[in-house]
Amino acid sequence: MITAEMRARFDRETAKYPAEQRQSAVMACLSILQSELGYISPESEQLLADYLGMPVMAVHEVTTFYNMYNQRPVGKYKLNVCTNLPCLLRDGSNALKHLEGKLGVSMGETTTDGLFTLQQSECLGACADSPVMLVNDRHMCSFMTHQKLDQLIDGLRAAEVKA
Amino acid sequence: MNAQEVIAQFRATGDETCFHGRHINPQIYADLNGQNWSLADYVARGGYQALRKILGKDGGEGLSQDQVIAMVKESGLRGRGGAGFPTGLKWSFMPRQFPGQKYLVCNSDEGEPGTCKDRDILLYNPHIVIEGMAIAAYAMGISVGYNYIHGEIFETYQRFEAALEEARAAGHLGDNIYGSSFSFQLHAHHGFGAYICGEETALLESLEGKKGQPRYKPPFPASFGLYGKPTTINNTETFAAVPWIIRNGGQAYLECGKPNNGGTKIFSVSGDVERPGNYEVPMGTPFAKLLELAGGVRKGRQLKAVIPGGSSSPVLPASVIMACTLDYDSIAKAGSMLGSGAVIVMDDSRCMVESLLRLSYFYMHESCGQCTPCREGTGWLWRLVDRIHRGEGQPADMNLLDNVAENIMGRTICALGDAAAMPVRAMIKHFRPEFESMIRAASPSTEAA
Repeated sequence: MITAEMRARFDRETAKYPAEQRQSAVMACLSILQSELGYISPESEQLLADYLGMPVMAVHEVTTFYNMYNQRPVGKYKLNVCTNLPCLLRDGSNALKHLEGKLGVSMGETTTDGLFTLQQSECLGACADSPVMLVNDRHMCSFMTHQKLDQLIDGLRAAEVKA
Repeated sequence: MNAQEVIAQFRATGDETCFHGRHINPQIYADLNGQNWSLADYVARGGYQALRKILGKDGGEGLSQDQVIAMVKESGLRGRGGAGFPTGLKWSFMPRQFPGQKYLVCNSDEGEPGTCKDRDILLYNPHIVIEGMAIAAYAMGISVGYNYIHGEIFETYQRFEAALEEARAAGHLGDNIYGSSFSFQLHAHHGFGAYICGEETALLESLEGKKGQPRYKPPFPASFGLYGKPTTINNTETFAAVPWIIRNGGQAYLECGKPNNGGTKIFSVSGDVERPGNYEVPMGTPFAKLLELAGGVRKGRQLKAVIPGGSSSPVLPASVIMACTLDYDSIAKAGSMLGSGAVIVMDDSRCMVESLLRLSYFYMHESCGQCTPCREGTGWLWRLVDRIHRGEGQPADMNLLDNVAENIMGRTICALGDAAAMPVRAMIKHFRPEFESMIRAASPSTEAA
């Protein structure tokens, strides 16, 4: 179900485009749905298709084309570590390996407690900040030495215990 | 600490990448500190004076559309996104008397590996892009614009949205700007993880809410762009250069650089240097100077190779790049491209096969799948480099690599195919023995028998 709050955010996006081009807001609306619900389900695609007045398959084409949409549930914290060449040269791949060890999962997997999904990613556009990672699509973490990676993971685990 | 606070500890400050005080005569990054991004600070730096000037709201007579375009042509400003097309000329292609809506689009979908300059512009000086776009919109008679921002830099998108709110509230955007007859509405749009959307027609498709697959050209966006309407697309840094040109004149901008290569350029230096970061320097600055600004090669090692213009540009060996100046013409003459100004530095400990392996994987991953030579060819390239890297290469693989690259080049709708093929050919051209020795080690020698 689309909540009133979500609908207000959708309305804000569609207002950017000509009235007959509501489909332009599909990417932003999908990203809002993902931030609220964790992933894009077929039900969400249908609700959004109805809201924007476009075929559900056209929504699905967008969900499946862009790398950052989650097509299935992921951990509470999705960690995307860049390993593209500029990052490879500055320990990006080592950062990913370190996290694999720390979390006890391979890239692409989710920890058994459901807290973390670890992924390799392509260029995040922050090459001079390497090692660099994106948390939950929205928060860029820069200069992630092994020590800082530990601090991040331990910090998030502690925050979860408290919550 | 709650989760948000934990994550926030690792947010970039820009101190390392932008506020290091090691730019040379900067225009876009001048006087920034990370705190002074807002409208009041921008105005204190002389912001929006150029927009007031062209609209005749600074006590002067204003500039006509033709005068603005002439000034940009005179400046020698060339597109900062990678192609280096003259900006004034591009603006003059827009039909002036078109009866319907026209659009202006800023390409901030910065995903070319190595490139991270637009992020710092949008985060720390967003109004310079807004003003540059407003000036461009005036010059081409456009009333609506969009800034398409790379999905991975969401905090930057939020910053740009905040700057847009400020500009609207203060009347720098909107209807009848400063009481003139010029109106311009500007909005921000974000991507969500697709390298291909940096290609301008894929970006337009994406902006229309579709999967980002490039269009055939012609028709070019100037005649059939967003929603089928005439559209001009420029890179973030290109727009950011415009206010300075209007304030100081085209000739002054040209004189900052060298003939045919006007102004300053931001170089994103990554890889094996002591101080990776963005460096804004005049066009024509020697490469050796940029390397020095970035602290030199890391750990006192020797320079091996440099990819000078983003991952798609051909690699150059140390001896070649060290003789280059940083401008479109010098790098082109050396056999590569200035591209987006993303300088990826590799020291003498680096394995070129491994570097190419990672790049080949990237292009395979990001091919949109529309054209067969690219969809299939990028996979072939990756599998070949992978087997050489795994020590299972065959002697014939070198020719096969070259052959696959050859069959991609120039046979696809957009430049991603070329972008995947060019690094392969350049790596083979300059570092062939490295590939061959890996293959020799893999193949039992038949000659010895």
